[in-house]
Amino acid sequence: MHHYYKLQEEFFVDMQRCIGCKSCEAACAECETNGEESMIHVNYVDRAVTIQTTVQVCMHCDDPVCANVCPADAITKDEFGIVHTANTSRCIGCSNCVMACPFGVPKKVEHYDLMMKCNMCYDRTSVGKKPMCATVCPSGALFYGTREEMEKMRPNSSPVNQFVFGQEVVKTKVNIMMPKGSTELKIF
Amino acid sequence: MAKLPIDIDRIIEQFGPTLNFPKPEGIPGRDEPDKVVETHCCFCGMQCGIKLLAKNNKIVGFEPWMEFPFNQGRLCPKGVQRYMQDNHPDRLTTPLLNVPGEGYRPIQWEKAMDMTVSEIKRIQSLHGKDAFAVLSGVSLTNEKSYMVGKLARTAIKTKNLDYNGRLCMVSAGAGNKKAFGLDRTSNNYDDLEKAEVIIVTGANVSETFPTLTYWLWRARDNGAKLIVVDPRIIPLARTADIHLDIRPGTDSALFGAILNYMIEHDMLDHNFIDNYTSGFEAAKEAVKDYTLEWAETITGTKKEKIEAAAQLWGKAATSFLLHARGIEHHTKGVENVLSCINIVLASGRIGKPYCGYGTITGQGNGQGGREHGHKCDQLPGNRDIENPEHRKYIAGVWGIDEKELPGKGLSAYEIIEAIHRNEIKGLLSLCFNPLVSLPNNNYVREALEKLEFYVGIDFFMSETMRHCDIILPGSLHEEEEGTVTTAEGRVVRIRKVVDPPKNARTDSAILMELAQRLGAGDKFNFVNSEAVFNELRVASKGGTADYYGITYAKIEKNMGVFWPCPELDHPGTPRLWEDKKFKTPDGKAHFNPVHYHPSMDPVDEEYPVILTTGRVVSQYLSGTQTRRIGKLVEQFAQPLLEIHPTLAAQYNIQQHEEVRVITKRGEALFPANIVETIREDTVFIPYHWPGKKSANQLTSGHLDPISKIPEFKVSACQLIPTGKQAYVAKDAPDYKSN
Repeated sequence: MHHYYKLQEEFFVDMQRCIGCKSCEAACAECETNGEESMIHVNYVDRAVTIQTTVQVCMHCDDPVCANVCPADAITKDEFGIVHTANTSRCIGCSNCVMACPFGVPKKVEHYDLMMKCNMCYDRTSVGKKPMCATVCPSGALFYGTREEMEKMRPNSSPVNQFVFGQEVVKTKVNIMMPKGSTELKIF
Repeated sequence: MAKLPIDIDRIIEQFGPTLNFPKPEGIPGRDEPDKVVETHCCFCGMQCGIKLLAKNNKIVGFEPWMEFPFNQGRLCPKGVQRYMQDNHPDRLTTPLLNVPGEGYRPIQWEKAMDMTVSEIKRIQSLHGKDAFAVLSGVSLTNEKSYMVGKLARTAIKTKNLDYNGRLCMVSAGAGNKKAFGLDRTSNNYDDLEKAEVIIVTGANVSETFPTLTYWLWRARDNGAKLIVVDPRIIPLARTADIHLDIRPGTDSALFGAILNYMIEHDMLDHNFIDNYTSGFEAAKEAVKDYTLEWAETITGTKKEKIEAAAQLWGKAATSFLLHARGIEHHTKGVENVLSCINIVLASGRIGKPYCGYGTITGQGNGQGGREHGHKCDQLPGNRDIENPEHRKYIAGVWGIDEKELPGKGLSAYEIIEAIHRNEIKGLLSLCFNPLVSLPNNNYVREALEKLEFYVGIDFFMSETMRHCDIILPGSLHEEEEGTVTTAEGRVVRIRKVVDPPKNARTDSAILMELAQRLGAGDKFNFVNSEAVFNELRVASKGGTADYYGITYAKIEKNMGVFWPCPELDHPGTPRLWEDKKFKTPDGKAHFNPVHYHPSMDPVDEEYPVILTTGRVVSQYLSGTQTRRIGKLVEQFAQPLLEIHPTLAAQYNIQQHEEVRVITKRGEALFPANIVETIREDTVFIPYHWPGKKSANQLTSGHLDPISKIPEFKVSACQLIPTGKQAYVAKDAPDYKSN
């Protein structure tokens, strides 16, 4: 089925547009592969002072730290750049990946004793569909499509997929939307 | 009788609400469904397209419907979880009889129908036709709404028929009829896309119409300036260009001041005002003293912010103004709507591309339901039940003498009041949960308990249905064919996906059998939903809401048709007023003078804090459906009292402390959620919960004199901290509070 994967389509996240409705979480959890757990997470930044929420999904790093630190080789990146959730027969539940991920994405799901994370709806994207979260997102905070479509739709924003953590530069498959002209996000 | 037969906790144990969760191992058959059916969400007025998956006559899941033009696959969490109302353990599947001391005894349909009809006849022979009332709801399709209206008027023959849209869009409907002579949003939402300035007032779009957010963001991508008016920093307000955090109940002061500002600074479309409107001088006179300084005093919002908004609005070349219940749930709901319309008309920005105005209709079929069926003063086609011509036409369609057609009846809350006064003795309700949704619900409960006979049609045992003497198990949205009319005025197709389970029946079958048993069977010889729609088309012909040119085939081909659509070859009307021929008697759009006056339950020394109510994103209205869907309940497990830290400090209220909120109607306990996202003089409670957790124990039954909408949005209250931390909802589940 690989030939159906649309290589030109990418994932874009725009935190400013998130309305905190958790439609993405509900839709993600519909997937039987996840055992009804959501692999995308919406949280209030600080509800006491603002209604703002953030949405965090696996960024699918070019050089995935989670895979690099896995002692059991349970996490792999495929030819399309998708970093897959831990192979259940290999994962030993050690949480190395949970601690190593710069974005705090993988979660150890205690009742399965497994690491679980987003695999970009591989069952959908591999047959040319869009990931479920980005399909249902009612505000457009999540979008899956081509860079050209995005640039046309959001003339005032630029997609960024380079993150600087101190000395460390991380490039990702997933983009976040930043003010026009931005090329990277520095996190100190 | 209409009293609970047994203890409320035993009823809840038997009939729920029970939470339905997807099973971790998945739902059998989802991977290989028998059917994938393109239909719509059962909840709000957006009526998002969705595909439902069915296997072996059971709903097993959903798939986004990417091609439907409004939402293109997008859904809110309610839409994602909507299919969990199917295969639900609480589903009513057999008629039930209320037996005091015993509970609800399953009975045969034959007996349930016999008892119902004999009670209707007994009450009407003793107390008159109008002593039996009907309360309906606009989650029903156009076809069912039409049948309810026809049943009440031609079979039950009562004038006292009204509906839960009375809590929803009636202020907007009345305002639109006064100004335009027609009740529909003026534009479809495509016109948002290139509007330069958008005002959203009293509409928590991101929680109540989440998929509409996308269109607002699209507009902002194109450079639109967004002005949000709301006492809270709602998600939409957080990034708005201007947020006017006005004091609840001061909307008409704000819009009066903006109109005055536009006049003083000559930001007017004189050509439009002179040629296509009337009443401008009176509207101008009414606001002549409404300065920015005055508006600041009344609204509690800085005059500089109001001026900035007035300038943006005044100077724009294109614009769109949207409002919803936030300005409509007031004793001056109609005036608030008219004050909005006045600034639209003054700008002349209507009936043109990217120039729009409209209310955002709340309920799934709030638009179509109010046009064709069950409004106390209305006949199909949005006709006036007191207009001799209109009466004659509908009497002709229905094959009755015009004299037999009842006149205008009481509105929903007035029906409850009349029951309380023992004037109305019997009630049929469907699709309405007034014990949760009407204000001052302790009073509503007293009224229900006075009924001599109460029959209800529903698919779940709502809080109100517990009071029924006879319960008739009806159907879900996905169990019948039909149409609904979305908030945009787009008529869309609802598809039957599965049959009602077990001994439940379709609502249409129940209504038709009631009609037949009441001697009006000849008027209800419908072979299917399409036959009902075809009669509705004729009934609406020539009315303002003219559906004559809309057919099932045309809707299916075009993924919806916008009314008015008077002829079969007419394409429908997404944008109204392009011809500037308004439907008022003089053909002009009407300005109306709006004087600001205070709400009916103003704060004072004894009740010093303003209480306002609204919704959360994961719940829908009275929660009959959404309080039974596990994930939607978990998302907001309990109603919280939103309060600003300054006000909390004044009362020494701590985070999540239980606070007693008291109004002149009653009192209730709510956990405090101390947030800076609300005005300092206002507290907010969402209203979806029942029993002791119901915000409507506190709200007032004061009604708008024109629209008869209750004033949910402003109550004066006291706050008394209890010194106790509130429980978490897991310990005492609020979704089924007694």
